[in-house]
Amino acid sequence: MELNNQNPSQEAFPGDVHPSATGGIVVTKLDDVINWARSNSLWPLVFGTSCCAIEMMSTASAKYDWSRFGFEVARASPRQADVIIIAGTIVNKMAPVLKRLYDQMADPKYVIAMGACATSGGPFFYNTYSVVKGADHVIPVDVYVAGCPPRPEALMHALISLQTKIKAGGRPEKMVIEHFYDKPEK
Amino acid sequence: MEREALQARISAINPEITFEEGGEMLNVYVEPKDCRDLLQTLHNMDDLAFDYMFCLTCVDWKTHLTMVYHLESTTHRHIAVIKSKLDRTNPEIDTMCDIWRTAELLEREVFELFGVRFINHPDLRNLLLTDDWEGYPLRKDYEDPINMIKL
Repeated sequence: MELNNQNPSQEAFPGDVHPSATGGIVVTKLDDVINWARSNSLWPLVFGTSCCAIEMMSTASAKYDWSRFGFEVARASPRQADVIIIAGTIVNKMAPVLKRLYDQMADPKYVIAMGACATSGGPFFYNTYSVVKGADHVIPVDVYVAGCPPRPEALMHALISLQTKIKAGGRPEKMVIEHFYDKPEK
Repeated sequence: MEREALQARISAINPEITFEEGGEMLNVYVEPKDCRDLLQTLHNMDDLAFDYMFCLTCVDWKTHLTMVYHLESTTHRHIAVIKSKLDRTNPEIDTMCDIWRTAELLEREVFELFGVRFINHPDLRNLLLTDDWEGYPLRKDYEDPINMIKL
């Protein structure tokens, strides 16, 4: 697969460098630089409530290694984390804990709903007394991932999509999400 | 002990015991009133020595409840499943938690989810659910209009 450099989220640096005799001058927008910095250093919170957590751990480990994209160290404290990956089922007893963890995270903070349970309750949507039908009933979600559980590739795609979203800085026209598969030639 | 020998040995304890054919493990049916005596015997006899209860649960069959005890002997390595049918309107059975300590928490779980009352249990209160929970969630006719979407 050819590397696609058209994706705005994969820009090296949001700005122009003008060389001069003594070094150079960078012309850019502060917002873009801040978003660029934020998106390339997202620290996830250690939070997994069921089998999706196994896939999340796999994504973090050597074979997939999400550190390559800036999801460096998973933090065990919400006060040091930027993104919470809801990896698993949220039950009614867990909902206040999730809300509290989210409230304790410092702004800016981001949420990924990983898998069917976190998205909608998934296999526990019907005939269950204990499961929250989607984590977005409790906290706002930035990116949803389909799957039960999603493969590590899907989670990585969600993480890169979150980076795109952050770099777009609230401008929808910049939120171009690239797919991993090859587009058919016309 | 082999399965046939085990079946013969257990039926000698109480002639009213019945057995269910088929199944991976030996299934033993006993009346609730005799259940505790049987399990006590299974635990205490040296040739049986069921010193390990690896599962205690309940099944709602809509017409009745069935208590299910999975027992294993760590010395003889034989397994038996003891089942006892309970009345659905007033289910009660003697506690086993002085024979196997693990039964204490498992019986609390069955108590909150199925509503089985365990006679002489030292601390019979909800384990996972809140103390003010109404109803028994794992019964087939359980209704919860707020949290449950029926299909």
